[in-house]
Amino acid sequence: MVSQTAAPPAPVDTASPDLLPVYAPGELAALAARHGLTVSGARPTLGAYIRQLWGRRHFITAFATAKLTAQYSQAKLGQIWQIMTPLLNATVYYFIFGVLMNTKHGVPDYVPFLVTGVFIWTFTASSITAGTRAISGNTGLVRALHFPRASLPIALAIQQLQQLLFSLGALFLILLVFGQYPRPSWLLAIPALTLQALFNTGISMVMARLAAKTPDIAQLTPFILRTWMYASGVMWSLDTLLTADRVPRLVLLALECNPAAVYIDLMRYALIDSFTGAQLPPHVWAIATAWALVCGIGGFVYFWKAEERYGRG
Amino acid sequence: MADTLDTRVPTVVVDDVHITYTVNGARTGKGSATSALNRIVSRRQPRGARQVHAVKGVSFAAYKGEAIGLIGSNGSGKSTLLKAIAGLLPPSKGRVHTQGQPSLLGVNAALMSDLTGERNVVLGGLAMGMTREQIRERYQGIVDFSGINEKGDFITLPMRTYSSGMGARLRFSIAAAKSHDVLLIDEALSTGDAKFQRRSKDRIMELREEAGTVFLVSHSNRSITETCDRAIWLEAGTLRMDGPAKDVVAAYEEFTGPAKSGKPRK
Repeated sequence: MVSQTAAPPAPVDTASPDLLPVYAPGELAALAARHGLTVSGARPTLGAYIRQLWGRRHFITAFATAKLTAQYSQAKLGQIWQIMTPLLNATVYYFIFGVLMNTKHGVPDYVPFLVTGVFIWTFTASSITAGTRAISGNTGLVRALHFPRASLPIALAIQQLQQLLFSLGALFLILLVFGQYPRPSWLLAIPALTLQALFNTGISMVMARLAAKTPDIAQLTPFILRTWMYASGVMWSLDTLLTADRVPRLVLLALECNPAAVYIDLMRYALIDSFTGAQLPPHVWAIATAWALVCGIGGFVYFWKAEERYGRG
Repeated sequence: MADTLDTRVPTVVVDDVHITYTVNGARTGKGSATSALNRIVSRRQPRGARQVHAVKGVSFAAYKGEAIGLIGSNGSGKSTLLKAIAGLLPPSKGRVHTQGQPSLLGVNAALMSDLTGERNVVLGGLAMGMTREQIRERYQGIVDFSGINEKGDFITLPMRTYSSGMGARLRFSIAAAKSHDVLLIDEALSTGDAKFQRRSKDRIMELREEAGTVFLVSHSNRSITETCDRAIWLEAGTLRMDGPAKDVVAAYEEFTGPAKSGKPRK
């Protein structure tokens, strides 16, 4: 018995051969098939997957709210930071772009214009950043419990939406202070934000899958996001900055069709008096809906396609 | 054994399962950023990344009513195999067939230390797939079982303020609140003080009766022989022995040497 330091596959030299059962090839698979066992860890069909997700809806919302409250629970001011952080953000941008660089030139109601842009952009940017960490930052959870993995990017997108609702509270205060009073067009904010949320969720699911396979993506996203932000007219009006004689009309149109710019401009159109429909690209609602549906559905299917591989080292 | 195969109902069938990890960041040096980018683009296996072959072709069938202990020295692939049975770590070769959805006993990863114990009970329950009603029904039972409130109202404090023992007790109580068809337990018996350990052992016995099949990974040979009727011995990712718990544990003790036997190692 002491000589058992031999190579592991070698049969153990005990009296009873029963202690290392040998199975014929295919014998176990046949046994499993005979009793109707299913393959563990196989990817469910898309329909079954959606049903599973629906079954976990309470977990998704609880996880989102838990993440949101856990965020500032160590701070002395606690949940006040939910509204302070976006306000401070807007102040910094106002100081740099409004006062120092004077980009407000030619933009009426610059403060509401800027603050709307920053908040709406932050919603997309932070959803994408959260998406890159949805799987790679929760490997422990993915390896310990069984649930449809799309719960994670969706929960994080919901957390960003909740965060945005706090920001909107701050935004409405700012709008009132700068003389923008509620009017019927404010209701357009609801469909605009719904479409944007769908777009964000889709993109963050794509990022979640990419970053789960290649963690380096998380290092790259800040740079891509910053480039995207400056190209989306968050702190300046693309219309007044890029006039047709300086930039070909086609480039300007491409810039205006970029989803972030579309969602930002829709919110400005909804909330700010002096931002008129003339500043919106043609067929703006169709563009907004197309981006939302293509990215939302496409991102979901793309994420589901790798369902069984998440959590693998 | 072969003649009884057909009369028993299998719950877990592990068919020639291999599990390989790819470890990034364990490079031996060399390899520029551009070549790394090239590998990402071309989807080739990174040259520097190491492949860890944790489980090498394990086959066995588990039946309804069995309690199976998994033994073997550290790094022999026990926990990895358990995760593959749970469907959490896909095998690179071979298949795991199961009856229903096997679950690991453990919710640690779902809990957040910044939240109160109260909210963690709800979050953990939801993460395990319980409904809100089930959690509401069992909430008091979970809190009482953990004994968190025995020394004051601790359940309304954030979990980061708990002592490590208190945290472990609450985590076990949440995890053990749900019954499963196939239950996988990884070293769960070693949490808390002596009183709590006795209580958790009783709870595992209960879970065993409710569940169809139980797998237990432990370094304590005593808890294997006490709770399991069958044992599987893994060594370096291969199946070394599979049979009655008493015989397998005896052979394993012989292998590890008498000095280490009976002493639970972490």
